[in-house]
Amino acid sequence: MADQANRPKRRRRMHGIATWGPGLLLISPSIVLVGIFVYGLIGQNFQLALSDKHTAIQPETFIGLDNFKDLLTEDRFQHALTNLLIYTVAFLIGTMFFGMLWAILLERGIRGEGIFRSIYLFPMAISFVSAGVVWRWLLNGAQGEEAAGLNRLFQSLGPGGLQNSWWDTPNWGMVAIAMPAMWQLSGYMMALFLAGFRSIPDELREAARMDGASEFQLYRHVLFPQLSPVALSALIIAGHMSLKVFDIIYVIARNTYQVEVPATYMWQVQTFDQAKAATIASVLLIVVAVLIVPYLVYNHRTEKNR
Amino acid sequence: MTATAAAPPVTKRPVGTRPSRRWIGMTVRIALLVFFLLIVLIPVYVLLITSFKEKGAISASDAWALPSGWPWDWTTSGWSTAWDRLEAPLWRSVQLAVPGAVIASILGSMNGFVLSRWRFPFANLVFILILFGMFIPYQAVMLPLVDLLINDINIENGIPALLLTHIVFGIPICTLIFRNYYETVPSDLIEAARVDGAGMLQTYIRIILPLSAPAFVVTLIWQFTSIWNDFLFALFLSSEDNGPVTLALNNLAGGQLSNYQASMAAALIAAFPTLIVYIVLGRFFLRGLMAGSLKG
Repeated sequence: MADQANRPKRRRRMHGIATWGPGLLLISPSIVLVGIFVYGLIGQNFQLALSDKHTAIQPETFIGLDNFKDLLTEDRFQHALTNLLIYTVAFLIGTMFFGMLWAILLERGIRGEGIFRSIYLFPMAISFVSAGVVWRWLLNGAQGEEAAGLNRLFQSLGPGGLQNSWWDTPNWGMVAIAMPAMWQLSGYMMALFLAGFRSIPDELREAARMDGASEFQLYRHVLFPQLSPVALSALIIAGHMSLKVFDIIYVIARNTYQVEVPATYMWQVQTFDQAKAATIASVLLIVVAVLIVPYLVYNHRTEKNR
Repeated sequence: MTATAAAPPVTKRPVGTRPSRRWIGMTVRIALLVFFLLIVLIPVYVLLITSFKEKGAISASDAWALPSGWPWDWTTSGWSTAWDRLEAPLWRSVQLAVPGAVIASILGSMNGFVLSRWRFPFANLVFILILFGMFIPYQAVMLPLVDLLINDINIENGIPALLLTHIVFGIPICTLIFRNYYETVPSDLIEAARVDGAGMLQTYIRIILPLSAPAFVVTLIWQFTSIWNDFLFALFLSSEDNGPVTLALNNLAGGQLSNYQASMAAALIAAFPTLIVYIVLGRFFLRGLMAGSLKG
């Protein structure tokens, strides 16, 4: 950019603490707060996870990685991790599919586009708690005479065979409970993809059409490859949100074992076993960090090269 | 990181295929779009009709029907029950979300300015370290956080504790949005101020702040919505009699005798402020969404 000429000046500036010092001072309250509340507390949480503070009165004594070994070999935790994996896969497939489909339907412009976009996106503005209230009713597992919610709708519209017990089904229950989250966040994926489509230069489409590409070929060979950076961001953002899932499952199913994930497990355990709860939270943090840290570094690199 | 608060508005594009096929394609697309629109609106329909039904009037068989005897037999008893339970928590949520959004935005603006226009050594590293804070699962700080706030700082459980927490965890996204926005401010402006002998604070107040309104709108809306909708922190740091509206709603809806009329009315009441913000200021909401690529 036009910064080229200013660059030497800026570098010179960096030498004097008198120049950059005030800036650092202005930002220091935030650095201190984030330092304490993010890094300090994460450190304390790890400390707790490495201790044997299994009851409220017990003092913290360092016991190394024992809690992690116990947790990772525990059936209940493995069940929670498996559930989280199923949920995440279902959620990612669902949100990416609908997000992409809606974006494709909208990207070339259509009358009333604003209305469609707003309505597809609006569930995002609502809390998971409000959404949970209505989805708990929709995903009511009662069938036949007692059926309510979606089961009742299936009955009256015809496909009664589609009735099922939703989130109370082993394994598949996680897919059912991912539905409200898909409802809330598909619009967000649509917005990301739509922005991606619109940042592709018109010339590329024109050139492909000149070469006689069909609509399908246009998407397959020209537009989709251009979208891959956007798709990667979308995948990582949706993936990390999914791994942190708590609200929607807790509001709909409370502490039901069938749909337990690490976050709900941790909520139950923390009332009596702090060390174990801290261990669950640490595992969750590590899983999310493995996804997010490379993303942050990658983003930073590409920004620098721009 | 990809988009900025000043991202250009999306524009429509001409379609370039033959007219007859275009017609068919357009019709199919509109039909599909309307179909999905209806699917997305199903939960809203359920919320509305159920909230106006008579308590106990919901037999399973007409669960999807409009309240009987429309419109004169509609009842607002669900709404009044909900309002009684939610009135105080709603007010507490306002007291939490408004100052929380304002303070985090101010801090974010200062940080964004320094990290884009008044850099210090290792400023980029500091930026990434701050940014990481918006992606962490909050469970990973929760237990020590409760301990720190209640035992060490001795802050009052409920809204005060939540306010401090939301300000701190709002800093990363606000910093990100402001930093990206200030990157678009022409450096000539800042150089000119510098030539005139303006210091850091003067440059910020005289040059940067007057230009900041668009970014402030984005962060204020974004923070207001996230704080209003938060449930996890509320669960750990408050209880029904001193907590925000999400907690009260969850308790109302999760009671043993599930009163669906009142729960659904309450869900609508609790969602109302953020919905209004979304409807009135939707495009700014979208920018916050894109800027953060985001938080959850």
